[in-house]
Amino acid sequence: MSTALRLDAATCEHCGGPSAGRFCCTGCEGAHALVAGLGLDAFYRRRDAADGSLRPAEAPAADFGPLAPVNADGTRTLELMVAGLTCGACIWLVEQALAAEPDVLKARANLSTRRLSVTFRGEASRANDLAGLVARLGFRVAPFSPACLKATEDAEGRELTRALGIAAFGAMNVMMVSVAVWAGGDMGDATRHAFHWLAALIGLPTVLVGGWPLFRSAWRGLRAGRLNMDCAVSLGVIATTVMSLSETLRNGDFTWFDGATALVALLLAGRYLDRAARRRARQSVAELLALQDGHVTVMGEERPVPAEQVRPGARILVASGERLRLDAVLDAGTASLDCSASTGESLPREFRAGEALPAGAVNMGAPFTATVTAAMADGSLAAMARLLERAEQTRGRFVSIADKAASIYVPIAHVVAVATFLGWWLLAGVTWQAALVPAVAALIITCPCGLAIAVPAVQVVTVGALFRRGVLVASGTALERLASADHVVLDKTGTLTEGKPQLLSGTWTARDLREAASLARASRHPLAKALVRACPVAPVLDGVTEVPGQGLEAGGARLGRAEFCGLRPDPSGMSLHFVRPGAAPVVFRFADQLRPDAAEAVAAFHRLGLTVELLSGDAEPKVAEAARAAGIGHFTATADPAAKAARIEALKREGRRVLMVGDGINDAPALALAHVSAAPGEGTDLAQTASDIVLRAEGLTPLAEAVARARFAQRLAQQNIAGAFGYNLVAVPVAVAGFATPLIAALVMASSSLAVTLNALRAGSRRIRWTP
Amino acid sequence: MDTLIWLIPLALVMGALGLLFFLWTLRSRQYDDLEGAASRILFDDDRPKKGHAR
Repeated sequence: MSTALRLDAATCEHCGGPSAGRFCCTGCEGAHALVAGLGLDAFYRRRDAADGSLRPAEAPAADFGPLAPVNADGTRTLELMVAGLTCGACIWLVEQALAAEPDVLKARANLSTRRLSVTFRGEASRANDLAGLVARLGFRVAPFSPACLKATEDAEGRELTRALGIAAFGAMNVMMVSVAVWAGGDMGDATRHAFHWLAALIGLPTVLVGGWPLFRSAWRGLRAGRLNMDCAVSLGVIATTVMSLSETLRNGDFTWFDGATALVALLLAGRYLDRAARRRARQSVAELLALQDGHVTVMGEERPVPAEQVRPGARILVASGERLRLDAVLDAGTASLDCSASTGESLPREFRAGEALPAGAVNMGAPFTATVTAAMADGSLAAMARLLERAEQTRGRFVSIADKAASIYVPIAHVVAVATFLGWWLLAGVTWQAALVPAVAALIITCPCGLAIAVPAVQVVTVGALFRRGVLVASGTALERLASADHVVLDKTGTLTEGKPQLLSGTWTARDLREAASLARASRHPLAKALVRACPVAPVLDGVTEVPGQGLEAGGARLGRAEFCGLRPDPSGMSLHFVRPGAAPVVFRFADQLRPDAAEAVAAFHRLGLTVELLSGDAEPKVAEAARAAGIGHFTATADPAAKAARIEALKREGRRVLMVGDGINDAPALALAHVSAAPGEGTDLAQTASDIVLRAEGLTPLAEAVARARFAQRLAQQNIAGAFGYNLVAVPVAVAGFATPLIAALVMASSSLAVTLNALRAGSRRIRWTP
Repeated sequence: MDTLIWLIPLALVMGALGLLFFLWTLRSRQYDDLEGAASRILFDDDRPKKGHAR
């Protein structure tokens, strides 16, 4: 909680980040004034937490006008992805602030999907003002892209909710009727018959509608020639329904509609939770991707243009610190680009006019203009994306543990059921209808209810626990693959290292740093940003002017290149010089450093029994040094994307199951080929799409913990499957012998599901022993 | 047993009404933002105020 009027607090009143005064920057001061002016300062009391993430950045670059189409009644609706919405107070603030605009008719934010819909009356260009307003409050906005839509608009999920509602509803009502039959031993024949029909009336549509998602998945599996868990479940449900119908017709003692409907409802509940957990992870990944702004400044265009729409031959302006999104050649002068995303090199490279610039590089120097050589769809990034698709297809379908169990289990259960039927019918000489009852009872009791929720339950809990630790598991089988990994391949730049410059210690004093960081606040240059990161409490300075590509100036003080500060040229590249009147010049040196937890994470992987190697595109001395510092024995330097992919292939041929971790465009093919892959949250969008897991948290130790948790989950799933088998060893003979009644079946089913679920909850325990 | 003639159809009708209600909540997208709904309920003035900045 932040208190609104603590005058010399150590935190910023708006964003809650470290600050010397009331506000950490002019953006926050403006945002606070805006909120107070709207009379919405209750926000600061209502919000859950303030961690400094609400600091307003520069205005969004995109043109939101074309994103606000006209509705039938002449109003316009703008759809935005808003990052930073973390609690109810945030959606309250955003909605209220927008509603205060006179032309806004409706503003609605969705906390789960981070989607904001604003309906307003007026020109399309108003969309930019509205998006700008949200940005001024400190939230980052991006157009609600088709990828976001795919992750959030979840038609299948809605269908599942509907099926679950209907199945649960039907199951409860059938149970009500069934209990009457179970309890009413003195019930007349005619009444019982009427109750059977009543149960059929409710049970049949419930099974048909509620079971539809299961039947469809079973059918898909069968067509692909695979006997999956849904097959077993569907067969059990259908057989039970048919048998119950036969019992209804001949007015038998009991019908089993309650068992069939309860089974459907339970299975759907498991599936619903599973989907909800994964959906959350998928949405967070889509959010990270949407924030990687895909807009380009084209010369002659008033506003930034989406990268996909830029034609070859267009001249684009690349600002300092901006990522180049297209293949281009440099027009004039020189450019200094950080190519770590495409080659893995950690030092910026100088390019001369006429040289081809790699897409994905970040401008480390002055703004420059370049001529685009290929449209987005034909460029090198798109070619890499196509390569990924092919690699993913060859990864092949992974057979999950549940399906493995089902393929052993289903034939056995069916043989037992058929044998029971034949035994009663032919050997014991009862009618075929009567023989159907114990046979189907055996089927429904073995019916892998416990089995079918045994694995999803564990996965839901584990995916949820990892989500809270910043590990986003988006792929359905990623956890199982992670559990079986035995070798880790790490990329260097951006994965083992921070991927951004860090201030090195030097001869400067704390006061030097503070004064320089005050100047640096005015710039977007990567080194200036690194300086501010090193001293976040530096006060804001007025009257700072930036000379692009040279440095910053305020009063007599100058921060920037050596020449700019009037010093002898400094060829080392990664340094900022600082001169003030009346003080000796100071130099701040920077380097891309190992993540603080790199060595710890490598040690954790070793303890978990995984071997670790380093695979980098950077030059050998740097890679060797990083490997030594992180405690990695085996390393490969100067590996291009093809070499990286080849290394993964070679490891696969040796029978290793590789966990690949990388962030760059050059890692993407290797990521797609690996047994399981992970990308840091600040990695390139291509690497994140190619990966099964995205690490939103800082550092690599969460990934080591994820391996431990995945293994624990796998153990629990195995325990659950074994438990379900054990149950059947006892229950099946009872059913085969014809002693099972629907009441017994219901008890067995409920208790086994409960046992399995309780066991699964252990997967979320706060502390698992993963550091022996 | 005469009561059953009344009670069973009554139970079925009430059940059907409940089901229809559920389908309506689903159609009006009330399950789309469960987290948001859980937080919104804590604020009295969740309906955006029309009008101007004070």
